[in-house]
Order: sequence, then C-alpha cells, then structure tokens
Amino acid sequence: MAEKTFAYYPGCSGAGTSIEYDKSNRAVCEELGIKLVDIPDWNCCGSTPAHQVDHVLSAALGARNFAQAEQLGLDTIITPCPACLKNQHNALEHMEEPGFAERVNELTRRPLTRKHSIKSVLQVILEDITPEEVAKHVKTPLSGIKIVPYYGCLMNRPGKSMKFDDDENPMALDRLMAAIGCEVLDFPLKQDCCGGAAGVADNKVTSRLSGRHLQVANHLGADAMVVACPLCQMNMDMRQAQANAYYGTSIKLPVFYYTQLMGLAFGIDKSRLALNKLIVDPAPVLAKIGKSAEEAQA
Amino acid sequence: MEPIQLGRGDTEFIRKVEEESRQVVKKCYQCGNCTAGCPMSFSYDYTANQLMRLIQLGQRERVLKSRAVWMCVTCETCTTRCPNEIDVARVLDVCRHMARKAGYGGVFNNMRVFADSFLQTVRWNGKSHELGLMALFKMRAMKPFSDLSLAPSMLLKGKLPYLPHRIKGRSEVAGIFKRFSEQQLKELHAQTTDDKKPAGGDK
Ligand code: SF4
Ligand code: SF4
Repeated sequence: MAEKTFAYYPGCSGAGTSIEYDKSNRAVCEELGIKLVDIPDWNCCGSTPAHQVDHVLSAALGARNFAQAEQLGLDTIITPCPACLKNQHNALEHMEEPGFAERVNELTRRPLTRKHSIKSVLQVILEDITPEEVAKHVKTPLSGIKIVPYYGCLMNRPGKSMKFDDDENPMALDRLMAAIGCEVLDFPLKQDCCGGAAGVADNKVTSRLSGRHLQVANHLGADAMVVACPLCQMNMDMRQAQANAYYGTSIKLPVFYYTQLMGLAFGIDKSRLALNKLIVDPAPVLAKIGKSAEEAQA
Repeated sequence: MEPIQLGRGDTEFIRKVEEESRQVVKKCYQCGNCTAGCPMSFSYDYTANQLMRLIQLGQRERVLKSRAVWMCVTCETCTTRCPNEIDVARVLDVCRHMARKAGYGGVFNNMRVFADSFLQTVRWNGKSHELGLMALFKMRAMKPFSDLSLAPSMLLKGKLPYLPHRIKGRSEVAGIFKRFSEQQLKELHAQTTDDKKPAGGDK
C-alpha cells in the first residue's frame, strides 16, 4: 500500500502528560504506512485558554504552525489531540470570514500562502486506512476484553464544521476497536463532556463529570475505557482517584489510548506503547487477553 | 432572577455580540435544547438559554458579570443541538472576551487565572509548560494548587518535565502576544475616550 505523508502536530502534552499517546501513535502510524513529518519548531496552539481570551490571538498561534508547515510543502496537518485539532481547525475556518485573516496577519506578520487543512489521526486511520485494512495488521486479537469507547466532546462537534463521523453517535473508535478484536460495549456517555481543562482550576468540576462516566462504564461491566483525547485521558485516569473520592466509589478502570491497544494487537514492542505511563494499572486487564493468546505472559 | 426593565437594553451590546460571534442571537426561540445538554449547568448562575435571552434583551452587565461565561468549557453540545443553528458556544466565548476586557472575573476567578497562567508559559517558551503553569497558578490564585496531590505520581511517571521545552521561534510567538496586548490597550484607550462623550447606548 502506498505510504501516506502528512505534516504532524504532536501538541504540547505529547511530550509530557500524554507521552504514551504520542509514542504509541507514532508506532501505530508507522505500522499502517502513515508517514508523519513533524512540523519544524512548532508552537503551542494556545489550547482552551487562547480561545477563551480572544479568537484572533488563538488563530494567530495556529497560523504560525501552518506557516511552519508550509516549509514542508505539506498542506494537511494531522494531530492526535482533539483540543489542538479543534483550535487550529477553528483558526482556518475563522480565517475564511471577511476581515479575519487580516487581523491574524497583523499579529503573526506571516500571511499564509497556501490552503491548509487539519484533521485528526483517528480520521485518517478510519477513512484513509479503514477498519478492514487495520484488521489485516492484527497479530494478536484482543479478544476477551470488554471496552467502552469514550470520544469526548471536541473531535467531531459540531458536525457541519468538523465533518467527521457522527456528532451525536460517533462510531470511529467502536469500529476500530472491534477490528482489533475487542468486545465493544454500547456506551451512552460516549460523547458527554469530561470537564476538559476545568479540572486544573477546580477539580470538583471534573470529578463530578468524569465520575459518572466511570460509574456507567463500571455498571456495564467494562474492563477498560478507550480514549482518543489527552484531556479525557487525564480526567479519567490521573483524576480517577479524585472522582472516586468525590462520589465515594472505588473504581479501578484502566484508561487506554486507542493507539496503545492497536499497537498491542499489532504486536508492536510494548516499550513503544508506554503502557507503564498509565496511572491506573492496566496489568489485570492485559492478563485477560492471555485467555485467548500467550501475549499476556510477556 | 431580578426583574428586568424592558426597553432599557443596551443595543450596542447586542450588536457587538452578534458582530464578534457572527451569530444571529435574535433567532433563539428559547427551546432550551442548549441547556438540556449542557454539562456545566450545575455550576451556572444563568443557564445557556437564559443567557441567550439576556443578550437579546441587551442586559450587558448581567451577562458579563455572570459566573456562567467563565464556567462554560466550550464542549459545543449546545452548538450541535441548537435547532436554529446558533453557535451558542461561540456566543458565550465572545461574552467571556468582553467580560475580560471589562475587567470582570478578577484574580480570584480560577478559570481566568488558569487561562492567564497558561498563556504566560506559552509567551515565554513558545510551548506550554505544565509544572510552570502549576507554580504560576498557585501564586496568582493565592491558594494551594488543588492538584498538588497529583504531582508526585506524575513526576514518578516522567509526565511532568521540570524544565520547559523552548522553541527556537519563541521570540516570534512572544511578538504575537506583544502585538495582541498593544492592540488591546489601544482598544481600551479608544473606549475610555468614547465613554467621555455623552452616552447614547442605553436606549
Ligand atoms: S459549550 Fe458551554 S454552554 Fe454549551 S453545552 Fe458546553 S459547557 Fe454548556
Ligand atoms: S438551543 Fe438555540 S434556540 Fe434553543 S434555547 Fe438554546 S440558543 Fe435558543
């Protein structure tokens, strides 16, 4: 299969709180023939705080990244992080509005010279690679584990702007996780907000929201949750103890990035999937895969 | 809610919100879909649909001084479900910008302090820096960082680099912030000179 090449925007958390996402994502893309060329000297897109302060400022931070990508001659940027995606997607969309690009250029002093687009790595895997093709790369089907897919709110909302999957009932993760052999449970909260970055300012907010997801997943009998967003992952995994304290529960639900499970199914070396970075210990769940294969012993 | 004196709305406020958000707030017919799906309603003083009505009525102060404009997490559930295709989240974001410019939501507003601290690390380094952000936030919010208990496990997992990653083009990024601040100052200046003219806004 021909290799597909994209400009790659890892996002700030890829070097810190979501290092396991960046690592496993690179490994999985390599396996699937998606070539990632890092945008040289990229900057932070400003995340939630920038758009909360001003839309032109937010777009200007994104525009510098597009300007940097122009050096690569690649017009489509892909990113694993839905927050980076959303911000820079909005930047492009707003720059189509009359007068907006001029205001952005005043800040960046680097007008863009080409047309750009940005999408999620998940969208590329689903649409360009397809679940059928993904299934062909599977060496160890992850049978024996039940997962709930959790999409978060940012990736495909609103549909008329993001143009990916369904904005009320997304199926991308359901389909990919089924393709690698997981039992995928119907998760009614699959797109309900986890509170995003609000937890940094007040973790009661995120506890209150993410605690519900954890409890529903638990009631459904899930072995693990699968996510595609660093903010969701942090709120569900790192803050799981806070949510447990808030509701008086004692849930222990591992929260994987979908790329980590894909990597496992593809037989990619575990060190490249950084499973040891997860806060809630995934070992008991990984051992269940052993029921159908010898993989778990490793 | 306090009774509202009809006919005393700030029409300039309505015009500005609609212009900046590029949304027609007038189209809202109070179906309540936005509020029904809003995950943050529990923390709001006015709900999303109430805010839309308050904007229609030109109730500038009530909207800009509301807790809701700071608590909205821009999840866009409201935007996705509005039958009139109003980008409610964008309208609220624009109100938050106006509240900030008006000086509301002071240093004790955690959401505001978080945004400021985050952007400061980006201005310095070109990238955000979580540990630096935590320190700044703690200083500015003048209360212990509510997540301090998380730091040890994060450090153990190698997820909180001590030093920021600094990009080469950080002066370029700093330039974006500098010009932005200059623009804001100019705007503020223009506004205060405007305010000295006889008032015409409160029709
Ligand atoms: S974007 Fe804000 S107002 Fe709209 S549903 Fe989400 S939190 Fe509520
Ligand atoms: S969903 Fe739209 S029309 Fe309905 S109350 Fe909210 S803003 Fe108004």
